[in-house]
Amino acid sequence: MKFVGDRYLRKEDPRLLTGRGQYVGDIALAGMLHAALVRSPHAHARMVRVDAARAREHPGVVDVVSFLDLGSAGRPFPIVPPHPELRGHNFSMLADGRARFVGEVVAVVVADSRYTAEDARELVDVEYEPLPSAQTLAPGAPAVHDDVPDNLAGRVTLARGDVEAALRAAPRVVQIKLGIGRGGGQPMETRGLVADWNAALGQLTVWASSQVPHQIRQFIGDLLDLPPHQVRVVAPDVGGGFGAKLIVYPEDVLIPFLARRLGRPVRWLEDRLEHMLAATQEREQEHDVTVGFDATGRILALRDRFVHDTGAYTPRGLVVPLLTASMLTGPYRIPAVLSSFESRYTHRVPVTPYRGAGQPQAVFVIERVLDLVARETGRERAEVRLANLVRPGDMPWDVGLPNYRASGNVILDSGDFPSVLRRALESAGYDTLRAEAAAARAQGRLVGVGLACYVELTGVGPFEAARVQVDARGRIAVFTGATTQGQSLETTFAQVAADELGLTPEDVSVIAGDTGGIEHGIGSFASRAAVVGGSAVALAARELRAKALVLAARVLGVAEAELQQTGAVFADRRRLERRVTFAELARAAAGATAALGVEPGLESTRFFQPADMTYSSGAHVARVEIDPLSARVTVTGYWISHDSGRLINPMVVEGQIQGGVALGIGSALLEEIVYDQDGQLLAGSYMDYLLPTATDVPSMDIDHLETLSPLNPLGIKGVGESGALPVPAVLASAIDDALGVRGGRVTRMPLGLARLLALLPPPDAGSP
Amino acid sequence: MRPAPFEYFAPRAVDEALELLARHGTDAKPLAGGQSLVPMMNMRLARPAVLVDLNRVAALAAVRAEPGSLRLGALLRQSALERDARIAAAAPLLAEAAPLIGHLQTRARGTVGGSLAHADPAAELPACMLALDAVFHLRSARAGRTCRAADFFRGLLATALESDELLVEIEIPALAMERTGQAIVEVARRHGDFALVGACAVLGLDAAGICRHAELVFFGTGDVPHVSRAAAALVGERPTPARLGEAGRAAAAELEPRADLHATVEYRRRVAAGLGAQALGRAATRAGMAS
Amino acid sequence: MHAVRLTVNGAERQARVIPRLLLADLLREEFGLTGTHLGCEHGACGACTVLVDGEPVRSCLLFAVQADECRVDTVEGLAGADGALHPLQEAFRARHALQCGFCTPGMLMTLTAYLRERPSPTEADIREILSGNLCRCTGYQNIVQAGLDAAAALRAAGVPR
Repeated sequence: MKFVGDRYLRKEDPRLLTGRGQYVGDIALAGMLHAALVRSPHAHARMVRVDAARAREHPGVVDVVSFLDLGSAGRPFPIVPPHPELRGHNFSMLADGRARFVGEVVAVVVADSRYTAEDARELVDVEYEPLPSAQTLAPGAPAVHDDVPDNLAGRVTLARGDVEAALRAAPRVVQIKLGIGRGGGQPMETRGLVADWNAALGQLTVWASSQVPHQIRQFIGDLLDLPPHQVRVVAPDVGGGFGAKLIVYPEDVLIPFLARRLGRPVRWLEDRLEHMLAATQEREQEHDVTVGFDATGRILALRDRFVHDTGAYTPRGLVVPLLTASMLTGPYRIPAVLSSFESRYTHRVPVTPYRGAGQPQAVFVIERVLDLVARETGRERAEVRLANLVRPGDMPWDVGLPNYRASGNVILDSGDFPSVLRRALESAGYDTLRAEAAAARAQGRLVGVGLACYVELTGVGPFEAARVQVDARGRIAVFTGATTQGQSLETTFAQVAADELGLTPEDVSVIAGDTGGIEHGIGSFASRAAVVGGSAVALAARELRAKALVLAARVLGVAEAELQQTGAVFADRRRLERRVTFAELARAAAGATAALGVEPGLESTRFFQPADMTYSSGAHVARVEIDPLSARVTVTGYWISHDSGRLINPMVVEGQIQGGVALGIGSALLEEIVYDQDGQLLAGSYMDYLLPTATDVPSMDIDHLETLSPLNPLGIKGVGESGALPVPAVLASAIDDALGVRGGRVTRMPLGLARLLALLPPPDAGSP
Repeated sequence: MRPAPFEYFAPRAVDEALELLARHGTDAKPLAGGQSLVPMMNMRLARPAVLVDLNRVAALAAVRAEPGSLRLGALLRQSALERDARIAAAAPLLAEAAPLIGHLQTRARGTVGGSLAHADPAAELPACMLALDAVFHLRSARAGRTCRAADFFRGLLATALESDELLVEIEIPALAMERTGQAIVEVARRHGDFALVGACAVLGLDAAGICRHAELVFFGTGDVPHVSRAAAALVGERPTPARLGEAGRAAAAELEPRADLHATVEYRRRVAAGLGAQALGRAATRAGMAS
Repeated sequence: MHAVRLTVNGAERQARVIPRLLLADLLREEFGLTGTHLGCEHGACGACTVLVDGEPVRSCLLFAVQADECRVDTVEGLAGADGALHPLQEAFRARHALQCGFCTPGMLMTLTAYLRERPSPTEADIREILSGNLCRCTGYQNIVQAGLDAAAALRAAGVPR
């Protein structure tokens, strides 16, 4: 392989560095109108009346639409994926008589400028009848959906072995309660759409800042009754996703609906306050964990019962708690496990995956348990982990719990977890770090070292598609259903295609996220783009090259074995002057006769349908220092060893990990969505929801191990979420160490200053 | 988010600005750096009908260093506090505070006067001005007057400014002592954030090392910065680290801190004690306290 | 409506604007310079940073009308007229200091202004000065390294302040 594995500089950069990116907000069409959304100020309310008269009269206003204007398009969106235990509900394009969270879209104003639309929005009179709202996960809260009076969206139990018997038989048993708070992906670019209905072509074109343009097309087709060939959805340059742009939102169909209704292009750009209110969130769970173990620290039994806050709707069904439950045991061998949850509705923003997707919670639980076991047995924390890790000889390891898609059990396909942990410890100089931290603590400084291991589920199906095409001028285009919000697919997929085609990445243009480029696609989430999308690209490019060889042989009148390829040229190896280029082959293929013996067009479309998920793994070591005066935590050192199989581009992988860790630091120390008892968002802007800055994130040391995945042609595994998974766990471990106890003190994330200050020793009298 | 409509004026002289404020009354708001006002306008939490942009009034941005005082024009950019050698010499507290105020981009536009007139309870400059015993020069179309910093900050985001008045100049008197020291310390969630708790101290020692002047002001702890009484008790004593620590803690005990999303009452109280001691200690060290 | 005349990336521009039009909107919508991005519209994220009379400012907190008679520099003006990338842009590319690219123009403009004033920053200096620019993708490490590399390149080239 020439380009796969290379730290190839990005093809995206020249335009993005010079301000020539094209994000949804940069798209301006002639005659374009601007939308502003009216959102419910109540967590739960009946909408008695929507009176748009004053708004309609405002100069510059073209239309005001509420639920009554939608007709059959107002029905609830599909839930993807469904689940037999799910009592699911999804939202509609506009709230149908009832608002179920603060920020739910109730009406939309369309005007000739954004400024006007926002002015007119204030003139829309909505009469609300506020109702009591469910703001806790405790039973007895007001019902969010009338047909689910107990607010139980789903209850699932996953089990391996007989955990009750194993707990009874275990020499030691300890219980702990753990909690994680709400947060959100918070990409720097908020959401937005431009929609344009071309009546002459009968074509709806939608630019969406989304991770799933093919799904948007599907939902538009369904709700607006348009066949796929009349709808084109394009994800242009997208300024980050992290899950916030993962689902199909009401606006994703509403704005296209407006474009069609009004016969003019419509643009809607979400503002940050709206994003805080209405972009989906994740993480909130309360866990009650019981672990049985022996004196050496071997874990014999693990029981986790948790409650999951799913918000007001379940657009993604039970995916998040299923991921937490099924991934609970991480990279460890645990013979008896019971993992059960209740997913409960609340009158809050819906919960759907954000970077990590239920797995950071699982990692937090199992890693806190391991630190707890270490404390209880007096064994060193890394030793306890090594004693429990699945070993390379155990692979593939059947965890014994069904995976979140219920397509089989969680099977850890490959990896070397003990090596990854040892490499992290070595690169951190773990023993030295611990000794230095202990010495610092003896001097009164609050310095601690922590560690955490993880496995990450990646490469979920059902499939991804790739179409590779050579045109008459020899230009190579690769169309993929995977999408990019910064993952560098224009570069990494070009590297993959270039290797298969015998060309360079400069010769290959990758077009991602355009339903007009490829008919079938899924999108980017669950760390699947490189694995599934990249594999499809490899297969399609491989097939294209095979076709090119057949054609070249025909055109040159030689056997394929006599051909030699140098860049874009195929030649008869015995008479090099007899040659043909990709461009010429494409032209020949364009007019392929029966005699030529190949199908027309020099192109290939292939799907990759992974047989199963493939699992990345890693270990993080962190050093922290806590300021005894303020309880502020500074992360002063961070070491990572990581295995995501073959790396297409190590530079890109490292960037993904660094970004994931930064997001993890935010979710552990800074970011928390807080609602008051009426469901009002208290952390409603960037003044209160605190993202990590350059002074909050340390430099990180990253080591790679590459155990190839057996589950795809390239041997790769996903990495997009890896960085984020273990951060709350490793920081909790380090903070406990800094506080001088071994495990069990930090039980909640994010860790607020007040709570941490209360855990510190009281200040000395008499020192300035 | 985009602001509600307003009428806009950009006077070039102070009198013109004052006349506009007089004419439009409570409909008008002066615009200085805009780093506090414009976010509120974008969010439509503030909707002035008239905006009087002061940024073209060059006369309002002057710095004059005189033997007895340092005079800062209200429109002086916060970035000037960290760049101007005269300010570093005459009021090092302000130079030390500057990098703590917001970020590079906000200090490029934000003004000294704007921060004082806005009077955010967690802002650094109001507390600094109290610690420095600053005198504010206010003007309206009707008249000019002075107001001591101690009388200027009235309540949450409320000052002594009448609706037609502008803060035009800040006068910082020079300390008469031989040896002086100033210090500001704060705790914020992230660098550049508003302080959860902060303290600034100004100490003056005579040639014998006896404290002749002591100011300790907390910010972020209540609706207005708190000028501590315990600091005044240091006058006449020879400061020691232990005594200063005690004074800092005693000063913090005077506080009735508020709770919000980012800090509890207990947190603020406990951190204030530590910061009070720290601010006094650093100021005293800089004043040449024997350690 | 107010008439404004300003220099943008060295070229004189004019427009008639309503008072509440944000400078960011003037640049993006009127002048088509969409490289300056809006991430929060309340002055917290720094994506909208441009230079006004050489100073880095948040263009979401400035009204277009306030930029009358000013010199404004945006990311589109960083590269040379011949397309040669500015050392900061080169360094960002070499160090993979951008992923989605949305915060990048703000980062570049902040660093451009800062390096003129402080040609030899430390890593800690750069982290502090970038604390007003949020990035969700990179974790900042590569951005900081790119800043250091660019500072060294500018010093070596003897670029005047």
